[in-house]
Amino acid sequence: MSAPKTRSREQAYRHDLRGYQTGFFLAALLTIIPFALVASGTFSTIATLWVIGVLGLVQIVVHVRYFLHVDLSRQRREELYLMLFSAALVTLMIAGMLWMLFNQHTRMM
Amino acid sequence: MNIVVRPHGLTWVAGHDHDHDRIATTLSGFWLFMMSDLIIFGLMFATYVTMLTPESFAGGPTPKELFELPGAAMETAALLTSTFTFGMASLAIKYDRGLSKVMLWLLVTLALGVVFLALEAREFTYMLAEGAVPQRSGFLSAFFGLVPLHGTHVTAGVIWLVIMLIELNRTGLTGPASSRIARLALFWHFLDLIWVGIFSVVYLGGIA
Repeated sequence: MSAPKTRSREQAYRHDLRGYQTGFFLAALLTIIPFALVASGTFSTIATLWVIGVLGLVQIVVHVRYFLHVDLSRQRREELYLMLFSAALVTLMIAGMLWMLFNQHTRMM
Repeated sequence: MNIVVRPHGLTWVAGHDHDHDRIATTLSGFWLFMMSDLIIFGLMFATYVTMLTPESFAGGPTPKELFELPGAAMETAALLTSTFTFGMASLAIKYDRGLSKVMLWLLVTLALGVVFLALEAREFTYMLAEGAVPQRSGFLSAFFGLVPLHGTHVTAGVIWLVIMLIELNRTGLTGPASSRIARLALFWHFLDLIWVGIFSVVYLGGIA
């Protein structure tokens, strides 16, 4: 009676462990690539900045999915909405601030 | 009454409805705190980016002159590994792998957190000695507003970890202790997420 239960628990453990390992591996990869690009200076500055930006955003998604355990499942819907709402607020505030300040900057020139 | 508290991911599913509600509420509350913290960091990032114009350097040191890749890489490695080791501690709690295993992983996390802070302190000392002080330029003011703010958070996390280790040592893995560690885990993973922004925008963006 208890044997299959233990095994499924063991399987659940392995599944969760693999989640953290996948997250760690992906995050390490997404960190090493931009560091290597900047160290080697293979691409132009603009191209490197784009790669850094995109890989940074991907890594944030990896952290949210594998470490904060927020995904598209129904149980995590509340956290997901809260996160997306906060991200929307941050985007509005940052975009508005940059727009306003750079506008002021050009007027000062 | 023995209430079994089991984390599901990081949300805690308890055998008892009332208890489940209470723990779920404290975790939701912590999420609210973290998201408001995210907005503070977001605005510090925005301020930093506006201070990357030549006028904001005010003839002082530029990011390219100040930042060095190996230091940032070591800080990143310490923090990223610590997030993984904290994950191992969370798993040890979730699957009842024993108190000593939980404490061991938390100790490793604590050590990596201290290494991160030491590296950062070394970097700041070096910068200050070079004359790159916050009042030197708008860029440096923004830098010392953003990066040490994250460092202060890590310091708070380290203190919290020490307190949790003392609590675990004294009372063992009780329900409240596990619940506190679940929130600390969220906090710690969140700080690593913020660091992804810092090493991308400040260090890699500055050196590239």
